Amino acid sequence: MKLTRKNKVMSGIPTASLPDIIFMLLIFFMVATVLKQYSGLKVKLPDAELVKKIPGSKRHVVTIWIDSDNQIMCDDYKVNEIAELRNVLYQKRVDDPQIIIALKADKNSEMGIVSDVQQEMRKADALKVNYSARRGVF
Amino acid sequence: MLLGKKKIKASPDIPTGALPDIVFLLLIFFLVTTAIDTEKGLDLVLPPSKTDEIKIPKKNIANLLINAAGAVLIDGEIVEIRDIARIIKERIQDNPKLIVSIKTDRHTKYDVYIDVLDKLKKAEARKISIADPEEN
Repeated sequence: MKLTRKNKVMSGIPTASLPDIIFMLLIFFMVATVLKQYSGLKVKLPDAELVKKIPGSKRHVVTIWIDSDNQIMCDDYKVNEIAELRNVLYQKRVDDPQIIIALKADKNSEMGIVSDVQQEMRKADALKVNYSARRGVF
Repeated sequence: MLLGKKKIKASPDIPTGALPDIVFLLLIFFLVTTAIDTEKGLDLVLPPSKTDEIKIPKKNIANLLINAAGAVLIDGEIVEIRDIARIIKERIQDNPKLIVSIKTDRHTKYDVYIDVLDKLKKAEARKISIADPEEN
């Protein structure tokens, strides 16, 4: 008795629509990408338990870094005098009224400077703040 | 002399055979440059500047002081940081209008402040006020 396999089902995935699928993925990533990214200052973030993601798009996030040597940076701008921060933040708020400040302060920095920055934020009417922290385990 | 008949020899179509490769390359570029990890942290809304001072009855305020050494005082009593969540939660249950006022020293470590803020979030304290640090 002879056994022959019947290969009638066509093997092979149809690749005709592959470019379309890739195009869709491409468009998704193009829309989702925010190219604006700043290197900032080197900080060690504190740990917290109840960390939440910043709501909304990354486009509205303005980052302020405070490092352990009391240097301040706001996005790409190096703040030398703390009073400058008010104008910088005010300008950013004029450009985009719904900004959220991500405050990336070093865990070893002191409250004095953090509070000074907060006062400037209040004067610039940028009130939504998010203290950046790592999710710590307690 | 006969000028007619242009000879079209080059095919007018754009070759599309390499299109998927090009699109793949672009896709990989955007995949690499996209940072998906969103920033995480503790939310807080600061009080607006230049507001009239609102008189709040003293019984609705819990004064939380943090000194330079990281010790915490709630209404004059020294407490451990890990007990803050429990104490504030009990006090909020007694009085839902309770406002927690955090006051720090200028030399208090930011780490301790975040730790305390985290505990207050854990106690579901919605009304948190931040007083100016004490000068010394």
